[in-house]
Amino acid sequence: MDIFLQQIINGLVQGSIYALVALGYTMVYGIMGLINFAHGEVVMIGALVSITVTSTLAAAGMPLGLAGLFGLVAAMLTCMALGWSLERIAYRPLRGSPRLTPLITAIGMSIVLQNLAMIFWGRNYLTFPPLLPKINFEFAGTHFTLVQVVIVLLSATLMAGLIFLVYRTKLGMAMRATAQNPAVASLMGVNINRVIASAFVIGSALAAVAGVMVGSYYEIAHYQMGFMLGLKAFTAAVLGGIGNLAGAMAGGLLLGIIEALGAGYIGDLTGGFLGSHYQDIFAFIVLIVVLMFKPSGLFGEKTGDRA
Amino acid sequence: MKNWLSPKSMTGIALIAIALLVLPHVVGMGGQAWVRILNFAILYVFLALGLNIVVGFAGLLDLGYIAFYAVGAYTWALLASPHFGLHFPVWAILPIGALMACVFGVLLGSPTLKLRGDYLAIVTLGFGEIIRIFLNNLNSPVNITNGPQGITLIDPVKVGDFSFAGTSQIFGLTMTGPEKYYYLLVALALLVIVINVRLQHSRIGRAWQAIREDEIAAKAVGINTRNIKLLAFAMGASFGGIAGGIFSAMQGFVSPESFSLIESIMVLAMVVLGGMGHIPGVILGAVLLTFLPEALRYAVTPVQMALFGKILVDPESLRMLVFGLALVLVMRFKPAGLWPSPERSRELGDKSAEAVK
Repeated sequence: MDIFLQQIINGLVQGSIYALVALGYTMVYGIMGLINFAHGEVVMIGALVSITVTSTLAAAGMPLGLAGLFGLVAAMLTCMALGWSLERIAYRPLRGSPRLTPLITAIGMSIVLQNLAMIFWGRNYLTFPPLLPKINFEFAGTHFTLVQVVIVLLSATLMAGLIFLVYRTKLGMAMRATAQNPAVASLMGVNINRVIASAFVIGSALAAVAGVMVGSYYEIAHYQMGFMLGLKAFTAAVLGGIGNLAGAMAGGLLLGIIEALGAGYIGDLTGGFLGSHYQDIFAFIVLIVVLMFKPSGLFGEKTGDRA
Repeated sequence: MKNWLSPKSMTGIALIAIALLVLPHVVGMGGQAWVRILNFAILYVFLALGLNIVVGFAGLLDLGYIAFYAVGAYTWALLASPHFGLHFPVWAILPIGALMACVFGVLLGSPTLKLRGDYLAIVTLGFGEIIRIFLNNLNSPVNITNGPQGITLIDPVKVGDFSFAGTSQIFGLTMTGPEKYYYLLVALALLVIVINVRLQHSRIGRAWQAIREDEIAAKAVGINTRNIKLLAFAMGASFGGIAGGIFSAMQGFVSPESFSLIESIMVLAMVVLGGMGHIPGVILGAVLLTFLPEALRYAVTPVQMALFGKILVDPESLRMLVFGLALVLVMRFKPAGLWPSPERSRELGDKSAEAVK
């Protein structure tokens, strides 16, 4: 039972990170019907920028906590600029072109960003400076650290903020209108270009935070870290029903927990035949099973014929 | 239909045939490495045409196509290597490989047929990853795939006593291994091209096209959409399986690393960049995207030396950087691909694409 609870906690932490990244995918998809394949790389850039800024400032004598805060802000600003430029360079010129065209530019941008990161930061794993003191908590036989608590709380706050933004502000209303029908929304005076750009910028800011979280949780970062993370987050978004904000959050948390439980129990379930290195399979098997029974995700609305 | 027997098209066919015959010897002057790259280009033509059936004809976005290539490659590797001590002849393994890939295609296809567009894309992607993870980990407790180390010493393609590996004398000509594989691959690729062309204008091809344009309407006019979609998956997969088998024999070595997601994405990029659903376009895309990174490999270092007098940036990442930019730029200026089918460019009102034709 302790192992069970422990895995739930680990899954919750990983899941909050997935959820933050998944929100970026789902916002863009909801508004434009486009898979932003380069989103995982934005997470990676966020993590790497924050490492550089934090360690530079810390080396200059600034207290680590404050340096980390600056690192986080710098990562968010860089990623917001990056998200905005991505949309301008790779997606806006292609609006109205065949559906697969932006997918290929997204892949192209993803290759470009990965290799730019490799040129700037090198091929090696970078160690993430410990931003928070290592405090351990114990509760009902489970152990968790301050970093884990902060990750869960911070992502919950950000998600609440996003929900507020989308459902209680003018920009959010414009976003929902554009998602429903861009042509009509623009007739009602919504500036479609601005709405789409802001979806990219907000998604990228969340991705930057997720990048810093992943970095400080595993204490390493690498120019290829964004790829698998992006893939999992996208899986989470689809699991919840892509285009649906609450779905992305639920999908992210669910995916994190399923993965953690799967990794913890697969050995026992299969009599030692399959080990925990099959962890990555769970995400996809669950996805396939869910989509078999609910073809548009757990909370997705019925999508039109887009194929 | 064009008249294939008119003098004009006969001359064209003859010219292409001569070009294809002498190509490896011309390219080979730059070293056998280039013949190998040429072989990979043809192998990718093969793969891209297989994927074109699924994505281009039937409009089903498949992001895990490389899984079928992997199934074909491992089928060959397991049935013709010292790993299990099996050495099946080529005419047994190739059909088995194609059949295995076909079975996997149906296995993937049947539960996912209800899904549309992007949901299908992510499921196929997941499937591809599942296959790769299994290949990577099925070395314990029973060693089937030998894990990340892969399988080595795989038999080359052998017909009777004639082996395609190593140098040998044919009709008084000295032919190296890659050159012999080149002719084999060209023959197979021509076969696949013919199958593709014939399929496109067949009843099945038109059914695929109908599903691509509007699935509900296709159903309404009496097309059995489920079976026809499954057929697209199965056919695409079998082509992938055959390509995988040849790959395995040509390399003599397979490991899960060759079948990562980025490979699926590359093959998809070939199809889309060339011109989805248009066979000459897809061939162009496959050849270009195989040669571009290789050509860049040779170009980036000298160019940097000439510009800055020293190597500023790691050539490997610079070459991929340029490659990524090229993908973005091509799609930016030719959204329907480099050589789209005339109907498609008319639909998009793309004047420049029309001019190419």
